[in-house]
Amino acid sequence: MKYADEFRDSDLAHGLAKAIAEQLDALGATEDNPIRIMEVCGGHTHAIFRYGLADLLPKSIEFLHGPGCPVCVLPRSRVDDCLAIAMKPNVIFATFGDAMRVPGSRGSLLQAKGDGADVRMVYSPLDALTLARRNPDKEVVFFALGFETTMPSTALTVLKARSEGITNFSLLVNHITIIPTLRAILDDPEMRIDGFIGPGHVTMIIGTEPYGFIASEYKKPLVVAGFEPLDLLQSLHMVLKQKVEQRCEIENQYARVVPNSGNAVARKAVEQVYETRAHCEWRGLGDIEQSGVQFNAAFAAYDAEKKFSIHNASVPDPAECRCGDVLKGLAKPWQCPAFGKACTPEIPLGALMVSSEGSCAAYYQYSAVHNEALEEARKAKAS
Amino acid sequence: MCLGVPGQIIAIDDPAKLVATVDVAGIRRKVDLSCIVDENNPPESCLHAWVLVHVGFAMSRIDEAEAEATLKVLHEIGELAVEREAMLTSEVQ
Repeated sequence: MKYADEFRDSDLAHGLAKAIAEQLDALGATEDNPIRIMEVCGGHTHAIFRYGLADLLPKSIEFLHGPGCPVCVLPRSRVDDCLAIAMKPNVIFATFGDAMRVPGSRGSLLQAKGDGADVRMVYSPLDALTLARRNPDKEVVFFALGFETTMPSTALTVLKARSEGITNFSLLVNHITIIPTLRAILDDPEMRIDGFIGPGHVTMIIGTEPYGFIASEYKKPLVVAGFEPLDLLQSLHMVLKQKVEQRCEIENQYARVVPNSGNAVARKAVEQVYETRAHCEWRGLGDIEQSGVQFNAAFAAYDAEKKFSIHNASVPDPAECRCGDVLKGLAKPWQCPAFGKACTPEIPLGALMVSSEGSCAAYYQYSAVHNEALEEARKAKAS
Repeated sequence: MCLGVPGQIIAIDDPAKLVATVDVAGIRRKVDLSCIVDENNPPESCLHAWVLVHVGFAMSRIDEAEAEATLKVLHEIGELAVEREAMLTSEVQ
């Protein structure tokens, strides 16, 4: 595939890995005292595991898998809201496939579908709007989930619905924003992060400017990265180069897709339809102020929360889940007592096991768990 | 979830409604052009363009010159590292 295959060359990857190893040596990083880099985006987490990048690199670098997977941070209470709407008569509930298996406190959308609710998996919010056009006697509700990358698509779909006069269409909005959450992570006294791999497709919309505070206030480098293996290795090389040269800047490795100014047309659509939500609950991370959006007053008619009188009530995560610690990089997935036992990709307990972008699912699928568990056992035996 | 894939616009179906057809690795589907069209970039200018496709929308035009520039840097770092290793490990003693 053009613009993908060129960034998967294995010889170059090995060359880059060598260059990174030299940088880590220059920085004095060791297995016991590694350089810790957080990849913010779940897409990057998936790519790191899928392409085995961690195996290619020395153990003196540690990846912290960030909160940038909207499915993984979807709180149980929000799934309950989805189910409350989906189970109503005369409703077609449309959602991206990713959200189907996320467990709420009373089951998932997939289980609701099994129980007779009309739940449809769609590729695009525009497909949900098509459902509304084709089913004028039904209420079609789309679950608008995702970060800034996805917000323009749902905003533009609502604008289209309004221009066509479609009234049997609404959105349950759970759009979240990455910047307040990055600040919350940086303010967490337990966190130790040396630098960031920044989310490529979020930045395609918001641009690089909003990350400025990470360099200026927190003195951490951030490099916006593409999603192919060479993109990630090059971004890592750029972060480490900043460390070696004692710089903290926001740089953009993914310039072929991401202009530094982002996408003004997309942002305008978002600003027209949505406003900042005072509070947003994130699974594992809790309540983060102003970390999401909701419909503004002008678009209240498309707000499923109002249409179906949904009053979100917080539900705690299952007691044995350690999703929060894993999300913050304080625990590895296999250190959670439920991992691979009560919680598997087939029957997930925590959301990190649901999405292929979740670090638990990635560890489980790519067997890193076995290597790390063996390694841990080896260390325990040696000490 | 923020997954985006490169595709090429192969037809402008409805310039007024900003609907086009995109080819993503052989799969064709309708795509909305709203995010890549403005007064300087009319719908017609999207034909044959490579774009980043996310949930049915073309979200960004892919910049060929920037892709080339990134690849050039990648080659430089990757090849330099291999060359350096060859120098350092050369068995002349």
